[in-house]
Amino acid sequence: MTGAFRTASGGRVDRGKPIEFAFDGVRYVGLAGDTLASALLANGVHLVGRSFKYHRPRGIFASGAEEPNALVGVGASESRFTPNLRATQVELYEGLRATSQNNWPSLRRDLQAINGWFAPLFPAGFYYKTFMRPSAAWKSLYEPLIRRAAGLGRAPTARDADRYANLYAHCDVAVVGAGPAGLAAALTAARGGARVMLFDEQAEMGGSLLAETKAQIDGASAAAWLAATLAELRASPKVTLAARTQIFGYYAQNFLAGLERLSDHLAGPDSRLPRERLWQVRAKRVVLSTGAHERPIVFANNDRPGIMLAEAARTYLLRYGVKPGSRALIATAHDSAYRAALALAEAGVDVALIADLREEADGEWPQAARKAGVRIETGARIAGTDGKFRVARALVAKGSGGEESIACDLVAMSGGWTPNVHLFSQSRGKLAFDEAMQMFLPGASAQDERSAGACRGVFSLAAALEDGAEAGAAAFGASAPHFAVEGAPDAAGGALGRATGAGDGAKAFVDFQNDVTVRDLALATREGMRSIEHVKRYTTTGMATDQGKTSNMNALAIASEALGKTIPEVGLTTFRLPYTPVTFAAFAHVSRRALFDPIRKTPLHDWAEEHGATFEEAGLWKRASYFRLAGETLRQTHIRECLGTRQRAGMMDASTLGKLEVTGPDAVEFLNRLYVNAFDKLAVGRCRYGLMLTETGFVMDDGVVARLAADRFLVTTTSVGVARVIAQMEDFIQTEWPDLNVWFTPVTEQWATIAINGPMTRKMLEPLVEGIDISPGAMPHLSMREGRICGVPTRLARVSFTGELGFEVNVPADFGRAIWESIWAEGRKVDCVVYGLDTLLILRAEKGFIVVGQETDGTVTPDDLGMAKMVAKNKPDFIGKRSLLMADLTRGGRKQLVGLLPEDTELKLDEGAQIVAEATPAVGSPALGHVTSAYWSPTLQRGFAMALVAGGRGRMGARVHVTTMDGTRAAQIVEPIFYDKEGKRLDA
Amino acid sequence: MPDALRRSPLARLVAPRNARAEVVFAKPATRLILRGREDAARAAAAFGPAPPLEPLRAVEKDRRAAIWQSPDEWLLIAEEAEPLALTEKLETALAGIPHGLVDVSHRQAALEVVGPGAPRLLNAGVPLDLASAAFPIGMATRTLLVKADILLWRRGAERFWLEFARSFSPYVVDILAQAAADQELC
Repeated sequence: MTGAFRTASGGRVDRGKPIEFAFDGVRYVGLAGDTLASALLANGVHLVGRSFKYHRPRGIFASGAEEPNALVGVGASESRFTPNLRATQVELYEGLRATSQNNWPSLRRDLQAINGWFAPLFPAGFYYKTFMRPSAAWKSLYEPLIRRAAGLGRAPTARDADRYANLYAHCDVAVVGAGPAGLAAALTAARGGARVMLFDEQAEMGGSLLAETKAQIDGASAAAWLAATLAELRASPKVTLAARTQIFGYYAQNFLAGLERLSDHLAGPDSRLPRERLWQVRAKRVVLSTGAHERPIVFANNDRPGIMLAEAARTYLLRYGVKPGSRALIATAHDSAYRAALALAEAGVDVALIADLREEADGEWPQAARKAGVRIETGARIAGTDGKFRVARALVAKGSGGEESIACDLVAMSGGWTPNVHLFSQSRGKLAFDEAMQMFLPGASAQDERSAGACRGVFSLAAALEDGAEAGAAAFGASAPHFAVEGAPDAAGGALGRATGAGDGAKAFVDFQNDVTVRDLALATREGMRSIEHVKRYTTTGMATDQGKTSNMNALAIASEALGKTIPEVGLTTFRLPYTPVTFAAFAHVSRRALFDPIRKTPLHDWAEEHGATFEEAGLWKRASYFRLAGETLRQTHIRECLGTRQRAGMMDASTLGKLEVTGPDAVEFLNRLYVNAFDKLAVGRCRYGLMLTETGFVMDDGVVARLAADRFLVTTTSVGVARVIAQMEDFIQTEWPDLNVWFTPVTEQWATIAINGPMTRKMLEPLVEGIDISPGAMPHLSMREGRICGVPTRLARVSFTGELGFEVNVPADFGRAIWESIWAEGRKVDCVVYGLDTLLILRAEKGFIVVGQETDGTVTPDDLGMAKMVAKNKPDFIGKRSLLMADLTRGGRKQLVGLLPEDTELKLDEGAQIVAEATPAVGSPALGHVTSAYWSPTLQRGFAMALVAGGRGRMGARVHVTTMDGTRAAQIVEPIFYDKEGKRLDA
Repeated sequence: MPDALRRSPLARLVAPRNARAEVVFAKPATRLILRGREDAARAAAAFGPAPPLEPLRAVEKDRRAAIWQSPDEWLLIAEEAEPLALTEKLETALAGIPHGLVDVSHRQAALEVVGPGAPRLLNAGVPLDLASAAFPIGMATRTLLVKADILLWRRGAERFWLEFARSFSPYVVDILAQAAADQELC
């Protein structure tokens, strides 16, 4: 019912809960508690994919995160499709749809398997040699072809329908891996009173205990001990258990990053349930109990479906109740495979032979196997295998001489164990090679970290529990309990690298995910690669998502043998994070789509939106560009807004203008040092346009400074420059002038700022303003008054960025909309318009007013802008003063601000366009300058521009040429002021 | 002041909640930034709660709060919506002492996150350790909620006060809404 290879009893699956799923369109039934891999094996499905380069048939190889072959795409719909998932980690759920990858047209008839026949043409490094010429073909021809042929899964085409969560977490002790060592560590630290977090990537915590059926811990079965331990941890309020959470990165200062799977294992999850959660954990101490990976043995054709790691075979049998084959050959160099053989035999699998590479095998497990009557050949190696989509037989070269062909549908192999030191290595801890164990083990920790259990070479159950308990005790000053363990004898052994005689003819794979063979590694060393880092890149061994989990040590041993160096001499490559792939969206978590960035809106934004504004972005702010009426072209909109303002009145939301309140007895002195202008003589109630430089003497920001009281100023900055200005102020107050009694407070958002410009403006405000005489005599240009408007407190300024009579009404932001509507109601009586940033920029340019960041680019001085007169040279000092004397800033021929009138009056030049002396300049001619602002002016009825031109003020009237996308166009250099040169309209 | 004309940046937002935590929007209040040295802080005790000299502390008294922001900066929060009388009172108390006192009542908005799930809800976006031992009652600091600058102040075991620039109101509320919805389920 749930697969022909399911055992009648045993394992942690629920035989009462069948689950239907589909793989490559074929329906199967598995059980609750299965992974996709165990469910497929239960149904006798071993062939699950094609290999990366040669498209060879591949089967399920491992039972966990280290799986290199069984990569599948999962998801019933495109918007929830994920490629490259390990079938060994995909929990089964009702209706799961999985597909195999890297094959066409089908898994069984993959046409690109032809790559395998041409394998001699595709050795390691073939990219670098074959596709060198012509160089242009790499991008257009070779790379697309290679990517199609040698890819893994395909990227989904639909937008991700899921959401992703985030959690910052802190603890005293973070334990990574809930196997015996991790559980013992967590238990010990928790009993000591620590805030503990225990992470495990699997759905069920327990690690190797989940497949442990023989051992007893403290007189209970392993399963019972596990249940009791988890119950105790769960009951402790200071313990957090996070299953399904892969800690994938170990960063500085004990910062761990984890990925929790929240909904991928559920059939029809609540659509509001996030798919994954990113954990960002800061731990005082970290215990790594990440276990070990079993190594394959390198022999010819060691990659057929049905060939898997011995411990994986045992795990499928004991944890999932699945027989991974009917007749097994055990290939090993380690005692632990004997334990797997015994379990298989006990379950009724015909164990044909244990072929042990070692000359002797006398540990407790081999003795038990001998006692059970299992046939054992020591000094025996596998010389090759046969079988198309599944292994059918293996040729065993016996130590005694002679070869024997053994029929089998399962080869369970163990080359020994590699401690999982990925996270330790990421933490910058130093690895040390243990000669006796032939393993890299954690050496000195770089952070407050301790490894425990198999990940530091402590393998037996009893020792791992002890080691974990000690790590937990050390992490939180607790005392380590003792565990009494029976029925779990130690297992020893192991071989590294190439089995003697293997790999001479057919392919003997080292890195299964990247299709790297013994021959590729040998070639790399023959071709001069000396460092393991070079060998890695040349052959791709240990790269990509796999990071060499099963292959690193074999590859290293092979390279060291070929190079005649010891393993520590050849060295180990860096373990890159993430440990397993992480969804991009999980990194972004909530910062996606509408929440990608904060969107800042002014108090007047909604009004603008309701009145048809089109918005643009200014930093995080949304600002209205224009208010286009139905049926208008954009030019018609500009004409209506510009002329409406010049002829009658226009209103604009200027709330984003940066505002700072500078207070204190030394406020004047501070401003004197900050700006090029002098402020001593600025009377209370008056405003002055100020220019601020960087220390290097270049224009940094500008704005109007209003004096509200002897010791209080309101300073405005550009909308996007305010943060920069604050940083400059803070820097100088804190580091240069801490003696000054001056403080500043950003108040941009305290005020809604309504700019009103045009000859009818005063008429609009008169009925609304209380307590302020706004008549021309009482309130001249560049003044500020405090009073009320419609009963609301206001700071009313008379300023103008358009050249027209202008006011700026500042009211506390909550009142912004109400006051705007009151002024607008008055404005309607004089046919006032509302205008956006486009019109503002046109109107100010007609008057020649600069915009910092447009007319300036960080290399422009006040003199370049024609503003030298503003510089108060007799002030003792101000920021940038000394720099203004540098030779380069005073030399002739600097670019200076000018106006440009294109001869074609309809032409709007391009901002950034180069200005040249000739219509068709010779190649190599330098540009005279560039266009900084360009518009079509409704007032002038022609195109015009501002530009920075070398020696520009000396070129008035000159004819120059400006680049366009369509050749150069002629223009005349003029004064950078195009309208109302006398400034009469300010007092209209 | 004609309060009918006011429109809070939180006005049209919905306060998120789930089974373990709830967001409560704060009413309009008077907020003043006091800047100056220790002498200014001492003189400003006229406010009610004396501006604390101890870093990262907030002091509450008679429904007013003084929150340490930096060695020369305090945020003073008072219930009343009209800042004038309070400003005048403080300016009198501070006369002759170098200082800055600036009204920021409308610059910021505030909300509270209340309930046993409040720390976890905030930790969806706040990177700090919010356990009582690390972040006790009366502690206040500037920090981040994902990409928003906030002032976070623990007023009670299960009560956190957040201040943020008014234009960030929708962002802050949306982040908390998503976290509340997520944490309801996982």
